[in-house]
Amino acid sequence: MTDQAIMPVPTEALDTQGAIDWLKDKYPEAVQDDTRQGYGGVVVDRSQLTKIAHAIRDDLGYDYLSSATAVDYLGISDHIEMVYHAYRTAGGPPLVFKAQTPRENAEIPSVVSVWPGADFQEREAYDLFGIQFSGHPNLKRILLWEGFDGHPMRKDWQEAYYEEEHKPFESRWPKGWVRRAEELNVFGKNVRYPADLDLSRLTDVSEDSLYKGMGLGVDVQEIVQEGEHIKTDRLIVNMGPHHPSTHGVFRMIAELDGETIEALEPVMGYLHRNHEKIGERNAWLMNIPFTDRLDYISSMGNNMGYVQAVEKLLAQGARYTPPTYRAEVIRVLMVELTRIVNHLWAIGFLLNDLGAFFTPALYAIAEREKVLDFFEATAGSRMMCNYMRFQGVAKDLPERIHSTAVTVNDKVRDYNTMEFLTELINERLPRSIDELDHFLTESEIIKTRAMGVGILPPEMAIAYSAAGPLLRASNVPYDVRRAEPYSIYPELDFDVCVRPNGDVYDRYLIRLDEMRESVRILKQVLQRLEATHGEDIFSGNKAIYMPRVPVGESYGRVENPKGELGFYCVSEGDPKGPQNPWRYHVRAPSFINLTPLGVMCKGHKVADVVVILGSIDIVLGETDR
Amino acid sequence: MSTLDLRELHDTEFPVPADMQNNVAITSLSKIYNWSRRSSLWPMLFGLACCAIEMIATAASRYDFSRFGMEVMRGSPRQSDLMIVSGTVTKKMVVPIVRLYNQMPEPKYVMAMGACASGGGPFKEGYNVVSGIDQYVPVDVYVPGCPPTPQALMYGLISLQKKFDGESLANLDDVPWYGVGPSDAVPIPVLGPDIIDPRQAELIRQQAMLAAQGLPFGRRELPAVAVPQPAVAPVEEKPAIAAASTETAEEIDPEKAARLAKREAALARKRAAKAAAEGNEG
Amino acid sequence: MNGTGILKGLGVTLKHFIQTYVDDIRYGGRKYLGMENFEVRQGLKAQGAFTVQYPDEKIAVPERFRFVPFLVVNEDDHPDAPGKDWCTSCGICAKVCPPQCIWIVRSEDPVTKRPVPEPEAFFIDIDICMNCGYCAEFCPFDAIKMDHDYELADFDRTGTHIHDKPKLSKPYEYYYNIAPTTAAEEAQARGGWEHPDVIKAKKKSGEPVMEQPWFMLRAEDPEARARAEAERAAKAAAAAESTVSEADIAAERQARRAEALARHRAWAAKKN
Ligand code: SF4
Ligand code: SF4
Ligand code: SF4
Repeated sequence: MTDQAIMPVPTEALDTQGAIDWLKDKYPEAVQDDTRQGYGGVVVDRSQLTKIAHAIRDDLGYDYLSSATAVDYLGISDHIEMVYHAYRTAGGPPLVFKAQTPRENAEIPSVVSVWPGADFQEREAYDLFGIQFSGHPNLKRILLWEGFDGHPMRKDWQEAYYEEEHKPFESRWPKGWVRRAEELNVFGKNVRYPADLDLSRLTDVSEDSLYKGMGLGVDVQEIVQEGEHIKTDRLIVNMGPHHPSTHGVFRMIAELDGETIEALEPVMGYLHRNHEKIGERNAWLMNIPFTDRLDYISSMGNNMGYVQAVEKLLAQGARYTPPTYRAEVIRVLMVELTRIVNHLWAIGFLLNDLGAFFTPALYAIAEREKVLDFFEATAGSRMMCNYMRFQGVAKDLPERIHSTAVTVNDKVRDYNTMEFLTELINERLPRSIDELDHFLTESEIIKTRAMGVGILPPEMAIAYSAAGPLLRASNVPYDVRRAEPYSIYPELDFDVCVRPNGDVYDRYLIRLDEMRESVRILKQVLQRLEATHGEDIFSGNKAIYMPRVPVGESYGRVENPKGELGFYCVSEGDPKGPQNPWRYHVRAPSFINLTPLGVMCKGHKVADVVVILGSIDIVLGETDR
Repeated sequence: MSTLDLRELHDTEFPVPADMQNNVAITSLSKIYNWSRRSSLWPMLFGLACCAIEMIATAASRYDFSRFGMEVMRGSPRQSDLMIVSGTVTKKMVVPIVRLYNQMPEPKYVMAMGACASGGGPFKEGYNVVSGIDQYVPVDVYVPGCPPTPQALMYGLISLQKKFDGESLANLDDVPWYGVGPSDAVPIPVLGPDIIDPRQAELIRQQAMLAAQGLPFGRRELPAVAVPQPAVAPVEEKPAIAAASTETAEEIDPEKAARLAKREAALARKRAAKAAAEGNEG
Repeated sequence: MNGTGILKGLGVTLKHFIQTYVDDIRYGGRKYLGMENFEVRQGLKAQGAFTVQYPDEKIAVPERFRFVPFLVVNEDDHPDAPGKDWCTSCGICAKVCPPQCIWIVRSEDPVTKRPVPEPEAFFIDIDICMNCGYCAEFCPFDAIKMDHDYELADFDRTGTHIHDKPKLSKPYEYYYNIAPTTAAEEAQARGGWEHPDVIKAKKKSGEPVMEQPWFMLRAEDPEARARAEAERAAKAAAAAESTVSEADIAAERQARRAEALARHRAWAAKKN
């Protein structure tokens, strides 16, 4: 080991291959190339994971841990594997490293001490895969409740309504006599109890364990006397999951000293819809509409992330043609419109949390409706667009935004699509962004409430894997569109917005900035749209509904309005078997951005908590998946 | 509870034919009563998932359901009349939802908005998803769609108002909160190894016994072939234990039956007391 | 100066407030009358209040709007095959449906036991359907389409929320009405206004394909309609003349169904 210690630290940033070679040189017995077909990166011996992770962060400069997730290779190589994607905030491709553990007594050292951003992700892996992370400070269930039976993402765990390993199910055709799944369950419900269930000894521990995690019993109200200060009670306050300001079914438990937050812990899982488990039953194509329901305010962005991840896999096979230029242009158009919609919504509801009850939100939603009209006419739905496909988009823009009357009293509208878009992008959206700016930015109340609140310093933002506006408001100019460009972003002219202070006010401002940048992008996209009018929007055969996806892994990420959205997909199927993802993981920005919430809230007042939460801008569909 | 006995309202001086007795005085009163209720329906400010976004859009300026007197969305269940279950109900979330429902004062209504709240939706097969909020609390209106557009939601709200219009003060089943007081609270589910509905405790015990004996458990044996119209036809040959299952067969819902029986008993008591009082007078 | 920011903000709200009335004046009291006004009010030029007065006026949904699916069938007076399903029960929609909410029972020929391109039953559970539109997108026969009727709220779901074939079936005319542009594009891709199989057969036999969808032909040409009526009457008469009575047909259908059920039972038993 001694000779390893004197290995020189690379002075300039190595490229990915260089970094891998350096790692292999330094830890020859602990680091191996991942030689499986279609895989990349290195496999790290789990006993040395923490040490190597330190080297990756400090010596190689991969300071940003984007995603950490587990894969269960039951029946393939019968082990569980943690996959880490680390990036440099300076930009560039990831360093992928993996640690493997047997399925029985699965245990992997925690990397929270290296990247605190791994905290929630490791808890999720513990919850869903049952991996013990030694050294994790607070290892308990995060999405499910304490006491839940089993670890559902393991391949051998079956739901109550389990029907078959993969879709399509055999019972649907050609003998598809309809059966509601409830009818097949004795309880008439989506439940399944273990054989040794004993009701008399059953206690609901889900709540107690939450509070215990705070280091306290349930009913603690000890009186603290501090010199000449006024007497304050130390108490525990629960917020949510039913609370108007938690943006859905989010819950926080705060320990207060008087009115000041001493500690705060987010509690989630109230909208855990088993997205990933269902995603692994689904065929590849079926996941696109499901991604709509992740961050349901910006469904187009989710579509984009997923199709890119799968396209990366498809590209390894034969007979793959990348999406046409026009398809990419339309995608960017949709994604940037989505970004504006999302930020309008975020600002509106941030103001709600600040106490400006609904007026700003209503103004923001009014503008959102215009964009949704366009989405509805193009993709078919206001929110759940399901618009992008592998190798293209579902349909070209319609010539006219046009409707027909069906129900009584229907009133018809008819606009030319390009005119509609041009006016929307050149007139309407900039005007309303300016109006919001006028309306809110200078307001003294907002400044007093937002400035200096919830500060997240840059180093911490990076360490906690914060992404998107949250990261950039902390003075880190990191934007996936520039750091690892995709689609037609390289040829577009726009700036990565940053703000220096990292407080709530800056997070508000950066959203305004980003909307302006989006408008700038959209104007360039408009020209390209006109130039490519009539070209193909799809390459390949559109009628294929079970695309053959080559074996391998891929990680596709996009800059979604809420931050970096990543999809980690593994394809393991044999070419003639079912075409389903073996692993389908969503690196959800809303989820990971919550990791620093507790730190940000510490020392602030209760009323600030909702504001800080609002400034992160989460959507529960994505947080809990 | 209430000192006003509605039946007194049609004890007028005029002889009213027996078959009209429940109707004459009450119809107009019912109308006023229903009109005022339907025009001041306060929903609970309560969103679960994607559908909640459309619900907010419905409340916003373009669709604006305050035109129906619903502008006041209350954060507290104690001030609201209508719970719009807008989104996927997970097992973890159903516990607070049942609590919220129990806290709502009567008259209370529940609307299942979207496929998820009605019957599980696209995520139905998920291990943490409740297939329909109606398995735990009674639902008055279902609004299909994923998500229902604001206009679809408003159609649902109007349907609910129509339901109000159909209710009559003469029928104490329509307005139980005047007759026999508030209805029973829904038992709050327990989060064990899986969610446990206390109403099914007996059934769960039976199944656990089967499991202990090494017999198959948990799945229902169905006749090998479906009835051609299973959509409407309930499963005919239910195993004996299925009778305790409350959901699939509305008719034999024991909880509902118990409530009905209780109400009947209370009515009978009331009638008896009234008769006794009349007897004393006479 | 302290407070100017708030005043500025209040200015914006005041502007919005005034705009509402300016807008009312602009329309001179006819704001809620006429299609023109509606179009402006709901478009990008809108100022002031733009509330849709549902249910007195509704925004008609655009052509590509997706709600729950329906099945396309021929019109009842279609000359060749009145009321025939376009669906051939190929099963693609059931395979591609992400939440697996489509159930299809394929018909079989009672004698040869060969599959008949026609669904015996077709169910969609709208409590599961996610309105994604895949079924419509991937159906090779344009037989399943996304409906525009979103007014489906009801008081009970057990009996009504699984749509079966009679409930799902809607005539082609309906589809054309809700989505004329898309229907025309699809017809062009198919090479005619009829079912792709019919077009193929007609092309093979040299028969001319319909120039227009049937309901248009019928509307334009009353003679065609009369002819079709007569033909149908003749067919019906021929059918009546033949020994097969209504009751016989019904009995046969019953027998067929019983047989199918038995087959299904056997199949299910084998599977278990
Ligand atoms: S019905 Fe659809 S839109 Fe509504 S909550 Fe469920 S998945 Fe989301
Ligand atoms: S894809 Fe079309 S033709 Fe095939 S079964 Fe479905 S509806 Fe019928
Ligand atoms: S719209 Fe989507 S979810 Fe609904 S039936 Fe069609 S394919 Fe299935």
